[in-house]
Amino acid sequence: MLTWIALTALLLFSIATYMAARRRVVAAAAGKPTSLHSLPGYYGTYAALWVGVPAALLVLLFAMFGPRLEAGVLRTDPPAAVQALTAPQQDVFYNDARAIAHGGRPSETIYDGALKAALEEKAAQSQRMSRLIEYGSVGLAAILALAGAFVAYPRVAPQFRARNKVEGWIAGLFIACSVTAVLTTIGIVASLVWESWRFFQAVPIHEFLFGTEWNPQIAMRADQFAGAGAFGAVPLFVGTFLIMLIAMIVAAPIGLFSAIYLSEYASSLTRSVVKPLLEILAGVPTVVYGFFAALTVGPLFRSFFNWIGAQLVGGPLDALGQYLMQVQNQMALVAGAVMGIMLIPFVSSLSDDIINAVPQSLRDGSLAMGATRSETIKKVVLPAALPGIMAAMLLAVSRAIGETMIVTMAAGLQAKTTLNPLDTVTTVTVQIVTLLTGDQEFDSPKTLSAFGLGLTLFVVTLALNIVALRIVQKYREQYD
Amino acid sequence: MTNQRDDAMAHDAAAPVHIAVDRAHAAMPTTPAKIRARDVNVFYGEKQALFDVGLDVPANSVTALIGPSGCGKSTFLRSINRMNDTIPGARVTGRIELDGEDVNDRGIDPVVLRARVGMVFQKPNPFPKSIFENVAYGPRIHGLATSKSELEGVVESSLKRAGLWNEVADRLHQPGTGLSGGQQQRLVIARAIAVSPEVILMDEPCSALDPIATARIEELIDELRNQYCIVIVTHSMAQAARVSQKTAFFHLGKLVEAGPTGEIFTNPRDSRTQDYITGRFG
Amino acid sequence: MTDAAVPTSAQALRHTVEARLKKRHAQEMRFRLYGRLAIIVALSFLALLIGRIVHQGYSTFVDYRISVPVYLDPARIDAADPTGANYDMMVAEAVLDKLDEQDDEFGRKAGKVMSIMSNDLGFQLLDQVRADPSLIGKTVTVTGPLKSDAALYFKGDIQRATPQDLRKLDDQQLDWLDKLQASGAVSSGFNIGFLTRSDSTEPEQAGVLGAIVGSAMMLLVTALLAVPIGVLAATYLEEFAPKNRWTDLIEVNINNLAAVPSIVYGLLGLAVFINWLAVPRSSPLVGGLVLALMALPTVIIATRSALKAVPPSIREAALGVGASRTQTVFHHVLPLAMPGVMTGAILSLAHALGETAPLLMIGMVSFVPGVPEGLTGAATVLPVQVFIWENASERGFHERTAAAIMVLLVFMIVMNLAAILVRRRFERRW
Repeated sequence: MLTWIALTALLLFSIATYMAARRRVVAAAAGKPTSLHSLPGYYGTYAALWVGVPAALLVLLFAMFGPRLEAGVLRTDPPAAVQALTAPQQDVFYNDARAIAHGGRPSETIYDGALKAALEEKAAQSQRMSRLIEYGSVGLAAILALAGAFVAYPRVAPQFRARNKVEGWIAGLFIACSVTAVLTTIGIVASLVWESWRFFQAVPIHEFLFGTEWNPQIAMRADQFAGAGAFGAVPLFVGTFLIMLIAMIVAAPIGLFSAIYLSEYASSLTRSVVKPLLEILAGVPTVVYGFFAALTVGPLFRSFFNWIGAQLVGGPLDALGQYLMQVQNQMALVAGAVMGIMLIPFVSSLSDDIINAVPQSLRDGSLAMGATRSETIKKVVLPAALPGIMAAMLLAVSRAIGETMIVTMAAGLQAKTTLNPLDTVTTVTVQIVTLLTGDQEFDSPKTLSAFGLGLTLFVVTLALNIVALRIVQKYREQYD
Repeated sequence: MTNQRDDAMAHDAAAPVHIAVDRAHAAMPTTPAKIRARDVNVFYGEKQALFDVGLDVPANSVTALIGPSGCGKSTFLRSINRMNDTIPGARVTGRIELDGEDVNDRGIDPVVLRARVGMVFQKPNPFPKSIFENVAYGPRIHGLATSKSELEGVVESSLKRAGLWNEVADRLHQPGTGLSGGQQQRLVIARAIAVSPEVILMDEPCSALDPIATARIEELIDELRNQYCIVIVTHSMAQAARVSQKTAFFHLGKLVEAGPTGEIFTNPRDSRTQDYITGRFG
Repeated sequence: MTDAAVPTSAQALRHTVEARLKKRHAQEMRFRLYGRLAIIVALSFLALLIGRIVHQGYSTFVDYRISVPVYLDPARIDAADPTGANYDMMVAEAVLDKLDEQDDEFGRKAGKVMSIMSNDLGFQLLDQVRADPSLIGKTVTVTGPLKSDAALYFKGDIQRATPQDLRKLDDQQLDWLDKLQASGAVSSGFNIGFLTRSDSTEPEQAGVLGAIVGSAMMLLVTALLAVPIGVLAATYLEEFAPKNRWTDLIEVNINNLAAVPSIVYGLLGLAVFINWLAVPRSSPLVGGLVLALMALPTVIIATRSALKAVPPSIREAALGVGASRTQTVFHHVLPLAMPGVMTGAILSLAHALGETAPLLMIGMVSFVPGVPEGLTGAATVLPVQVFIWENASERGFHERTAAAIMVLLVFMIVMNLAAILVRRRFERRW
């Protein structure tokens, strides 16, 4: 609350400084506006920036990191009663202390005696700390703002190059924004690696990458998983691969052929109708595909295979019939097929771009020799476009591997190492969702394994993307 | 022969005067032309690019089409092998006869036509395949060679005829795009020759090449005219004078004048031809 | 010569070519057919998808209500503490009255009646009594929805033909429903509640308002963060940054970020925002932060394309009159590139609207019964609501999930249309 008031006051102060500086420099110009180096507004802006920006950044910084600071200070010098608690219990204790102090909802743990006294004391300390931090930050911000005014205001004079200074600030803003993109990558890599490193302390990396049993549903205590071998991710990799393969079998031919037809044969009227429709297919959220897979395609395929099974039972293929009669809704074929449908517009639009990049002169050369359109496409255009199309397929594979919602809603949770499309399998992304949407504390190796999976996923998709983008770059160079 | 000047002026009034204007055939009326064009109009959508063009192209010789940019020479060339069909909105009226058959006739398959009429483009456009595959492309798709050794034979003889064999015999399986500009253009000519066409159309084949390569191509054209009917569009009047036996001058979509090369360049009938040749415009 | 076997006379050549023609044209026809088939298949998938969703969901927008006068028995309601009374029982008895039925001593019939009424009726009575205690002793007519299974009967989803023990409602209940409808106590109408209520455990009371508001708040945060930062970053990279190895690296980096699976962004949000910076879980703030990071690369790429499309002559003209580079960009280049930038931004936001996986990571799977209170309150968004409902077991939720998808698709179509309109109206062709 105080933060908002402080920021508003800061804003008003900055505006006042703007107007004051502007008036000062206009007065100094004494009726000759061309003696000013920059437009008056720039002088005002310069002063306002010095007043507002450092102070605002400080306030923001404390707003972001204040709670952590307070939580850290709270933990120093713990009373004896608290020291006797186990680490998870201590976490709950401190959370409760902070919750009471800030009007949140504490847990339902009952404290009594020495612990209760300690709780009240810590709650009071938490309140004092947070107030101290709040007032402190506002005070510091005020000092910074005044200092800024003292620095900037005297400099305002007609010869002063205000516009250049302001543009310097703007350049700083630009660079900060650009750095955000880099920071995001660093953030992703750092957080994944950090949490995965903690995971790999508990489960050795070779066990994770090469183990064939995935069963994270065991009670994890620090002394218990040495030989359990239940974090082997191979079934997940195989499941992901199987579903990706089915998806590509659906998406690659349909996507490629529709791209060929649209770019080589279709009239511009057809193109103008079909392309937007394919864009719609591309824009449908994946959760909708998941719903479609779970509630329509799953039962449909199941009853189809059950029916075939019923026909076969009692005959020479009896075993197959029996098997078909008990396939589930969540077979890999369902998730793979729907994922393929989702990928069709992706493959189609990428391939369309690639095919259009092949120069018309090659097509002309082939047609002028008496080749038919299809011969030209098959023997000249597609071979020329091949690297680009390979890259497009790699990007589609990367998309398929990283897809979450369709498989979460349509595939199962059983980790099986199989390439049978009628089996239920699970994928890396499904497991990440399952591990992190239950009620577990954050630090258990079970939830940390999700980060290990996330890191693997990130590395694989990154590798595919880099290779694909390099190929496209080289391919474009050839034809530009 | 004052009626010729009247006829030339009548041509300005857009009356069909192909008979009088095309002097080459007036001179040798007994040899039938390989290609005969009559009343050819070409439209790109609403825009008309050729107006009532009539021309006879003799066999076993080189006919040059000259004129300033945008005058319709390439459009006319492309009408001969129906390459204008590939441009949406393009429309051709009139008759263009190859050995007496109208190429736009319903019964004529463009695929067959283009096997009989080859084309070489301004910028060399070898396929991104090996040299061998480039030349073998035509015979393959048309089924002209029934065995591997036949195909190799065709490739070798085409490359020889195009004057490229000696330079590439040892690297037939390297990409065609790795050759120099002049070599690429000869490769493209070899590719066209490989299907044994009757006519070869060339659209400014040397404009992207250096003078030495140009000279080699011109030599090649001279050798080739014994076997093929060649029509060449060129920006360079000097090239037309060097290489062709008959020249046709186009201007603003109309055929202004056509006749034996020597006569067109030394004694043009139409003032526009005279102006273009002497460099007044273009 | 080695080509003796190849026919060289023009006639022979023609014949050879013509011999193969039929086969080649057949191949051509087949190839075109494959192309057409592919497009038809793709478009029929689209039609199937949308058709199925609409078919499953449209019935949600009709709901069935019952209107019944209920006697508020003073013997059972304590004016000082109205919450203690069993309003559902009073409603059930009123209904039995209307059906001319007598209940047995165990109140089994009342129990059966209660399983076809929504407990919303009881809550309405409670609210009314609390607001106006003088109503105790009077008869009040209350209107509320039927339980979703009862509504499904009217919509044809539960049929008498199915054996009784396989259905949710037995024959007696179905008879009562028919009677109530015949007498006019049960009526149907447009289910505006679906759009004005939030999530609930009872399907007939569940609506998407909370999810819509949550989505709107989250998109606001995303837009306020991703668009300015993205546009400024792209402008810097395109107009000001020197072209060296570092900027190349940044460009590769951004292209790769655009292709990172969305769930990885969720993991990032979980580790950095929730754990390290202690931003409240499941709030529009943290959801907006995560999606802003996800949308940032696409906004940057779209803005860079739009800036590239502005011809250099504009920049040169501005510099020629003495504008600084910053002024050139802000006064000339950026305004001219605005349509393309806006189109890209709208499309990125439309994509963010449909994202689910990263939001699951930051805790949005919880049950949120109301509209979020502010940016830091617990919230849910439309796609996550769809996900939650899809897992629910009541059949009533099936049609609601499809209806929620319809609402989501409407929003996405509107945003895509807006982007197309902006592009058509304002884009210049240089």
